[in-house]
Amino acid sequence: MKTPGRLLALVTVLTLALVPVLVTAQSSYTPVTDQRLVNPEPENWLLIRGNYQGWSYSPLDQINSSNVKRLGLVWTSSTGVDSGHQAPPIVNNGVMFVSTPYNQVIALNARTGDQIWRYRRELPEDFKPLHNTNRGVALYGDKVYLASLDCYLVALDAKTGKVAWQKQVENYKTGYYMTLAPLIVKGKVMVGVSGGEFGVRGFVQAFDAETGAPLWKRFTVPGPGEPGHESWSGDTWQRGGASIWLTGSYDPDLNLTFWGTGNASPWFGDQRPGDNLYTSSTIAIDPDTGALKSHFQYQWNESWDWDEPDSPLILDFQKGGRSIKGLVHPARNGYLYMLERSKERIGFVSATAYVKQNVFANIDSTTGRPNYNPERIPRTGKRADFCPSLWGGKDWPNAAYNPKTGRLYMPTNDNHCGFMEGKKQPFVAGKWWTGVDIPDIGFTVDKSATFFGNIQAWDLNAGQRVWSHQFPASMAWGGLLATAGNVVFGGGTNDRYFRAFDATTGQVLWQIRTNSGITAPPVSFSIGGVQYIAVVSGWGVDPEFQEGLLSNLLGWPKEVPTGGVVWVFALAP
Amino acid sequence: MTSRLTHERSEDSEPSPGPRALLPARRALLKAALGLGLCVPLLDALPAAADDPKSIRPQVGDQFVGDSEGQVIKPNDLPIGGPQRLAYPIDPRTKVVRDGSYFNQVVLVRLDPAQLSEDTRSLAAGGTVAYTVVCTHQGCPVSMWKSDTKNLFCSCHASQFDPRDRAKVVDGPATRRLPMLPLKVVDGVLVVAGEFTGRIGGANPM
Repeated sequence: MKTPGRLLALVTVLTLALVPVLVTAQSSYTPVTDQRLVNPEPENWLLIRGNYQGWSYSPLDQINSSNVKRLGLVWTSSTGVDSGHQAPPIVNNGVMFVSTPYNQVIALNARTGDQIWRYRRELPEDFKPLHNTNRGVALYGDKVYLASLDCYLVALDAKTGKVAWQKQVENYKTGYYMTLAPLIVKGKVMVGVSGGEFGVRGFVQAFDAETGAPLWKRFTVPGPGEPGHESWSGDTWQRGGASIWLTGSYDPDLNLTFWGTGNASPWFGDQRPGDNLYTSSTIAIDPDTGALKSHFQYQWNESWDWDEPDSPLILDFQKGGRSIKGLVHPARNGYLYMLERSKERIGFVSATAYVKQNVFANIDSTTGRPNYNPERIPRTGKRADFCPSLWGGKDWPNAAYNPKTGRLYMPTNDNHCGFMEGKKQPFVAGKWWTGVDIPDIGFTVDKSATFFGNIQAWDLNAGQRVWSHQFPASMAWGGLLATAGNVVFGGGTNDRYFRAFDATTGQVLWQIRTNSGITAPPVSFSIGGVQYIAVVSGWGVDPEFQEGLLSNLLGWPKEVPTGGVVWVFALAP
Repeated sequence: MTSRLTHERSEDSEPSPGPRALLPARRALLKAALGLGLCVPLLDALPAAADDPKSIRPQVGDQFVGDSEGQVIKPNDLPIGGPQRLAYPIDPRTKVVRDGSYFNQVVLVRLDPAQLSEDTRSLAAGGTVAYTVVCTHQGCPVSMWKSDTKNLFCSCHASQFDPRDRAKVVDGPATRRLPMLPLKVVDGVLVVAGEFTGRIGGANPM
């Protein structure tokens, strides 16, 4: 017969034995609501850039510039696949979701790193992935949403990883694919398509988050009768490009989504005379109806493969004594754009070069329209050399904004150039169709330059750069995270380091050498009063290809080890 | 603590093409049939889809066409020293082009036979070689050409293969040579002389 003391001990032992099972079984999941997305809790990371405005900013400040040197590793977990990992971990009350190349989604216990479930997509046997990556999942209600490489929108049950529904967005055989994270606004899941190297006509499409029913579709290249169609000649609009590579930002007050569009197709402007709206632009789309409300085009009739895929950051800045409701876009073309947003239009405020660029003779101070140096325009049968190269001053890796300091932090690349000559190529659906084959795309560097990759910090109100952190032997291919602790986190270099920069000075305060190169953005979240920093390390896609070219040009190491690993850090006690 | 693996493909999707799924099914059926002591001739009753002539692998004696309506390819049709020409096998009796599977597409390159390595020359027709178009990295078409080094160049991630040396990987992320398709010339026309020398497809990612 047990004494009360022994009974208590037994009950305690049994309870302790039970607790681990209760904690790790996916028994509860906090649904994601419109309210939570408009006002996300600092403890979570519900959207790929932290908020609808695209700031990539964490209000958490337990980790700060004084103590970040004590940051220590908490756990790691392999994704099990190679290729370029570009997704931030998404975190909702202790559950972390990581999407990977080849379209896996992994759910992990954010505190311990235990794996909860894994979704593996069976891609078609004949699928040919030009950009084998995924830029993140989106959360809404009790589901996790993935835009797949073979052009399906997939809704997974957040607790089990089982497919709730999936809808075909387009036919991958014709060159369409998807790499972006969906944008979800008021129960509508919006995705866009890639394929500007295959002669597709880009679009954004919205689906009902609960049922998957298609709701509206907005082509980014206007057809006959649509505004902007007159900027295309003949039938060239049918294969005009304007891909949607990255997730839109959203202004709840204006109720407008803002998207960046890709290059025009094919790559050589003389093969498609006209401004080619809305390629290489920022466009505003009404999420309720899909109506295209306004646009700003960065380069008209573009000929450098200068997509402008990054959605603009939505923030207010000071200029000329007044506060401007703005949009900020560090462009591929090498200029930092400050724009003004309103319900009716996107207005030009200013553009300042942040890398060396020799294509624009000038930019009209009212309209923002550039005039080109004619010798810098590649044409059919005529080579032209131009700087920066097709990868631009900044490609898809995101910038970050700190609202407390008004500073923008950008991963940039300088001292590189390109050259191309166009050919007329016959169009075959699903085949590369740009007017120049990949081995013939020219890429050069200034061998006397002292740096290439450069993390830049800009004071947006003053309109000028405040510090640079330059890399003499690497490009900068990593998305950034800014925190209220006055730290900027990011990877992106070929040496595999993950770094913490002092947001005031740009000095490196802490770094760790990871398994691979980091091209994905870091995130921050908090559980039980502990702040964590998480990032996925896994090199591939364009940075990998470019590194091969840089190895030939500059003798840099040809191979950066590949393979995806999730890294999670917190302050050591 | 459980981790679950889910392989999902919904009713909404199109069936993926190709006989790769069918060959294992045939083997499984054969094993089952033999296991049950049934006669092998039962296999002749398999549905026609399993033997779809457009999707079965290149057969000895097949010729090549550049597109489904083109003329069969002779060595003289190919530029000496490259670049490659993409082609599908064609059944010379029935004229069926085996373009039902991307995995049947090949690259044909005509080279100086003296430049071929010995084990390449043994499977070539004179100086003409055939390799799968399917890159051994992630399955993209090796449809581009590096004109300075005269190598096959993949159209996705810049893997390069030397057509003179059994499509050895000379650059880029691929880790496996391109399987070669043995050739001979019959009545002046290029003809398949054997099976692919290796598995067709990209690396298994997991």
